[in-house]
Amino acid sequence: MRAFLPSYNLRQAQTLDELLKLLAAEPGVWKPLAGGTDVMVSFAAGKLTHRNFVDILPIKELCGIAEGKGELILGALASYADVLASASCAKHFPNLQHAARLTGALAIQNRGTLGGNIMNASPIADTPPALMAYGARVELASASGRRTVDYSAFHKGYKIVDAAQNEVLTKIILPLPAPNAFHFYRKVGTRKAQSISKICFAACASAHNGALTNVGIGMGGVGPTTVRLKALESLLTSKRFAQVKEADVKKALEADITTIDDIRSTAEYRKTVSLNVAMQFLSELRKHVELDR
Amino acid sequence: MKSAVQIKLSLNGKDVSCEAHPFARLLDVIREELGHTGTKEGCGEGECGACAVLLDGKVVNSCLVPVTQAIGKTVTTVEGLSAKDGTLSTLQSAFVENNGAQCGICTPGMLIAAYDLLSKNKNPSLDDMREALAGNLCRCTGYMKIFDAIKDAAKKLEAAR
Repeated sequence: MRAFLPSYNLRQAQTLDELLKLLAAEPGVWKPLAGGTDVMVSFAAGKLTHRNFVDILPIKELCGIAEGKGELILGALASYADVLASASCAKHFPNLQHAARLTGALAIQNRGTLGGNIMNASPIADTPPALMAYGARVELASASGRRTVDYSAFHKGYKIVDAAQNEVLTKIILPLPAPNAFHFYRKVGTRKAQSISKICFAACASAHNGALTNVGIGMGGVGPTTVRLKALESLLTSKRFAQVKEADVKKALEADITTIDDIRSTAEYRKTVSLNVAMQFLSELRKHVELDR
Repeated sequence: MKSAVQIKLSLNGKDVSCEAHPFARLLDVIREELGHTGTKEGCGEGECGACAVLLDGKVVNSCLVPVTQAIGKTVTTVEGLSAKDGTLSTLQSAFVENNGAQCGICTPGMLIAAYDLLSKNKNPSLDDMREALAGNLCRCTGYMKIFDAIKDAAKKLEAAR
């Protein structure tokens, strides 16, 4: 059933300062609205429970992608189209571009933002696994100051994030990977465009003398939140990964992921395809490390 | 409860204004307040692209844009692709000539996406067209006649240059 329009409200904030003052004055009343690609879908379906929104798209401080010292800083309002147009993303973060390209299609990529993708906190969102695998940190601002948190610890439970009602996500900070790092991204959905993932898998690894020195792996669709595959990461870095067998990977995945049946897939399928994708990652990674030796 | 606010924007090259609820969908304001009914509603949830318009020159689904976010901006709908006297553009004529439309619901969005593609890429390949129109669903003709129409328009536009 359609939403009852008059029961909603939308105002605009022109600056970050104005937004933070509003959130401090009436905590919990106003919720930021960016590209609207999730909020407006819930609204049209009559399922949008929150009523008062503040449009943050005019806030320039939250826009842009810029390279800093050893890191890339993405404004929370950077859109998928911005990520795809960014030479820095192309050079250092191909998984992020891959995820952006597979999110919706052009009209969604022009509107949807990385900040929105994070704060909407869908466990099957496409960019969060890439951000997690790259070791992202996120910055939150409130009227009383700013803080930065490790993105791997940001999702606390289904649709629960480590942000207070008076805080807004301002930026995402990605450390630049080693120039010879191996990047791997796979999305398993029903088709190429306009597809919502059954699972998605992002990894970035660097090696030295045939051993892995740094591995980051993030997955979507395999738990109540985007998850970082810590058991698999430590399996791959703990010993010479040439000896890692499929059974070891399977055991690590059992510790890292929980799969469920829902309208898009089954727990069994997700479990199987997760192992297959992890093994594909391992096989391509081995080739990469061999060539790099 | 929130009552209507003043909305001013540029629609197809003309400054227009109306009153609308700030959370109203741009799609509804274009059709019901501003009388431009060329833009169609398909799914109403950002999947089908029937309601695609250009917002400040970028393809967006107007069903997913609260009108507040279009205040002071430039909106181009399918009506804006033809000449002021209603003469169809080369692209629109190519859709007619190549049977690129059947029931017509997806056509306004297809035209907007195709116009955007041709403005960035004068000679798109089949892959380019598939990617640019990936967010526009047609349930009558299939896509080949639509791609034929875009290819034909690209050729005619090239010849006219």
